[in-house]
Amino acid sequence: MSTPVQGEGVNERFAAALLDPDIAIPGDVTGPDGGPAPRRYGVYRNNVVVSLLEALASTFPSVRAIMGEENFARAARNFILAHPPRSPMMQHYGGGFPDFLDTFPPLRSAPFLGDVARLERAFLDAWHAADEPCLCADALGGLNPEETLALVFEPHPATFLIASGYPVADLFGWRHERPEGGTDIANAQCALVTRPQYSVELRILEKAQHDFLARLLKGATLGEAAGEVFEAGPDFDLPGTLALGIAAGMFRQESQGAVE
Amino acid sequence: MTIHTILQSNLPAPSFGHQPIPARAGVGLKPQHVDEILASRADVGFFEVHAENYMGAGGMPHAQLRAIRDHYPLSVHGVGMSIGGERAINPQHLARFKAVVDYYQPGLVSEHLAWSTHDDVFYNDLLPVPYTGDTLRRVVEHVDTVQSAIGRQILIENPSTYLVFAQSDWSEVDFMAEIAARSGCGLLFDVNNVFVSATNHGYSPRDYILAYPLHLVQEIHLAGHAGDSDDEGRPLLIDAHDRAVCGDVWELYRLVLSKTGPLPSLVEWDNDVPGWPVLMDEVRRADAILGSNRERAFVQ
Repeated sequence: MSTPVQGEGVNERFAAALLDPDIAIPGDVTGPDGGPAPRRYGVYRNNVVVSLLEALASTFPSVRAIMGEENFARAARNFILAHPPRSPMMQHYGGGFPDFLDTFPPLRSAPFLGDVARLERAFLDAWHAADEPCLCADALGGLNPEETLALVFEPHPATFLIASGYPVADLFGWRHERPEGGTDIANAQCALVTRPQYSVELRILEKAQHDFLARLLKGATLGEAAGEVFEAGPDFDLPGTLALGIAAGMFRQESQGAVE
Repeated sequence: MTIHTILQSNLPAPSFGHQPIPARAGVGLKPQHVDEILASRADVGFFEVHAENYMGAGGMPHAQLRAIRDHYPLSVHGVGMSIGGERAINPQHLARFKAVVDYYQPGLVSEHLAWSTHDDVFYNDLLPVPYTGDTLRRVVEHVDTVQSAIGRQILIENPSTYLVFAQSDWSEVDFMAEIAARSGCGLLFDVNNVFVSATNHGYSPRDYILAYPLHLVQEIHLAGHAGDSDDEGRPLLIDAHDRAVCGDVWELYRLVLSKTGPLPSLVEWDNDVPGWPVLMDEVRRADAILGSNRERAFVQ
């Protein structure tokens, strides 16, 4: 047994072995009779890893349902070791999990998992986002064409757009029910996440709709966003897509259009 | 993308008056029970929440807690301040904690004798501290930092532990008493933690209770624990909060109340959370014990 050490360094030694089972347990912890206590230290190790696993499982239930519990736990343990939480707000933990899934070598055959995780992370961020009134369609009434084209929209804090080459919204549904016959991953989907009041809403978008709304969220005027999207395809339903975004509550009430 | 917290929130202006926590049974609030609690106007003395769960900027969590706070006394229990840690208290976390306390105006505010953060990593568990003069000085300083920031007294909870530190030269009971004496904090007495630690370390929970500075206790915690065994095959209890309070802990609770008189008493059930009626049964059981204790106190 190592010599008891006073003062600084107790946390350091205790923490080092919590996440990494390959690091020896600290020498200054014992059972009640002063003997070594690996099983006792193991309770803390288990508490830490299991609680972080549970935090990830509760934020990413669709990814877990798709991967299966064992595979999810294996990936999550790797993530926890490489990216432990930096804040006691566990609802924020796992911001890096989508990127991790994209690059975790054993998951090369499931390249859609990162986008599903991105959508799940957005869903929880929307749930906790600040309360803000949404822009309603009436606020845009009575504008002349010139004013309409100059409109700039402010994103509502609970709005998230996810572009994906995979059926990300269908795969998100695995948290509720595993579809019979699985999900055809050839079918690309984009997703819009909003929270007009307290319930988070998910809408499936075409790529062109996503690109148009993404430009508005980045601060383009309606005219600029329209110009770019019509360049890509003249059949684009601009009024329908804008109406969809407004109905979903993706803009703040204090958008420039509402000030008029 | 920036994730906002309660510090950047647009929550409606708080309008909660001071509402002290009564000497009755309360329960840890779970989001899945809120509708049933409000619809049935459940007869519960108070609710307690973990501060960290309400540090988000807005949404349903705050809407639910506002509704609960409108109808019930509330206590706020921190689980992430790392008061027992070697590093200084994280100022961002303290600011968020203060925002929760300022907004909800809870009747009681509490934290743990434990650490959870080291070198910016948050371990999401209540980790143990050695009972030494160095730890004592740091804990008192950290309690003082928190009390100064929020402008009010906090209660510190006795831990459940699975091992001891070779360098500890204070008893846990004396350590808790000294923290309170030096910092001016109150104590939250977790009876299940006493039973878990006493079993794990082979001492008498009754002796611990009889030696404890019970006059400083302002709130009691009750919870269930799981069983395991240690390296020598001796019983090792895990503070799992995943089941009903056991008979031994109810007995010790009666012993505590016989010394203190009725105190706010919280039932904690954080894992494998049952339906609301099961929690309500635990609340009634604690209330019945508090009630008989109240009558006895009156007769005396």
